[in-house]
Amino acid sequence: MEITVTINGSDHASDVEPRTLLVDHIRRTVGLTGTHVGCDTTSCGACTVLMDGKPVKACTVLAAQADGSEVTTVEGLKTADGLHPVQQAFTDDHGLQCGFCTPGMMLVGASLIAENADPSDDEVRWAISGNLCRCTGYINIVKAIRTAAARVAESSNGS
Amino acid sequence: MFPARFDLVVAQSVGEAVEAKADAGEGGRFLAGGQSLIPMMKMRVAFPDTLIDINRIAGLGAIERANGHLQVGALARHAEVVASDATFGAIAAAAPWVADPLVRNRGTMCGSVAHCDPEGDWNSVLLATGADVVAQGPNGERSIPIAGFIDGAFTSTLGEDELVVGLRIPVPSGRSGGAYLKLERKVGDYATVAVASHLELDDSGAISAAGLALTSVNPINTKVADAEALLVGQQPSEELFAEAAELAAAAAEPRDDVRGSAAWKRQVVRTYTKRGLAAAAQQAEGS
Repeated sequence: MEITVTINGSDHASDVEPRTLLVDHIRRTVGLTGTHVGCDTTSCGACTVLMDGKPVKACTVLAAQADGSEVTTVEGLKTADGLHPVQQAFTDDHGLQCGFCTPGMMLVGASLIAENADPSDDEVRWAISGNLCRCTGYINIVKAIRTAAARVAESSNGS
Repeated sequence: MFPARFDLVVAQSVGEAVEAKADAGEGGRFLAGGQSLIPMMKMRVAFPDTLIDINRIAGLGAIERANGHLQVGALARHAEVVASDATFGAIAAAAPWVADPLVRNRGTMCGSVAHCDPEGDWNSVLLATGADVVAQGPNGERSIPIAGFIDGAFTSTLGEDELVVGLRIPVPSGRSGGAYLKLERKVGDYATVAVASHLELDDSGAISAAGLALTSVNPINTKVADAEALLVGQQPSEELFAEAAELAAAAAEPRDDVRGSAAWKRQVVRTYTKRGLAAAAQQAEGS
């Protein structure tokens, strides 16, 4: 079936089988491999993308269900000015070790900050509770998301 | 992993969806959030030959109060139930404990109810509060009380040609409170044990209505009717709740498994029933 998904601001029209999963569509058809396949059973969150602004597990959404949606993958986080504040904070605060869960963690972090300018540790932990880090690097992931939130708040206050 | 081949029908109206289901027969399944169905299809434990996607149908997403009821439409996502001001008691308490935040962004309350996973959270909550499942078939709409809707593990009394279009949950008119205490090994896991409680108080402070139901300790979600009967007409007290907790523990038939021993789970039922009823009573007294 014919679908058009807006991925990171660009429209991608494709003919997909109904059983094509959104994560496979993004990785194989569109060729954006920053979205990972981890458990493939709706548990780990490595395949997290933002669908119309909300984080979802792309291994558990049919590509056909995303027809007409706006999808943001990790490749879409960067801005014209460079890295997204969440990406910069993960770099500065050592928010990743192996990096496998990182795209999902950063997308959840970015969507949290968009809704809550000053999340507490508990709120960050709650938000990322559907995403697993097998390196168990949660301390720095939480720290990085809070750093990003603080920097976003600071720059918006300053402007 | 990916599902076996199927035909996809994207329904634009309830009528269209019901008609497509009638055409597809036993091999047809409705797709709402898909957070249980898609994983089951990927693992090939479900292999419908037609999926009828209801996500594009307008007007099914409401969570609102009308005529003394909380009405939840077929496309209301768990995350929207969490965020809603229209919920109350045990419904509001349970919503944040369903699955994980990402699954809650897609999965629907009605979908969970219709799925009848014996370890799902919502059906216990609705057994405690009372609810009608609103089903639409080719011959119109009917309401099915939740206790009569749940027929067994992954089985409901919904007709082959019917779609769950919403839930109708009675909102208590007087003082009321509720709780959903869920023990889980990690976020997003099934409950090891969970207890839903719901209490309504009359003007004298006595319990005028009570609901109590258990998750993950029986072959299906279980309403503890004898404990509910015991509670009604009594003043809330620690002793009363301890007595109800014994009935709940007796109603539980947990099994030894990876989540814990049967004896321990039974003890958790006892403890959570006491705590849940106390929390419900406290909320009711403050309401």
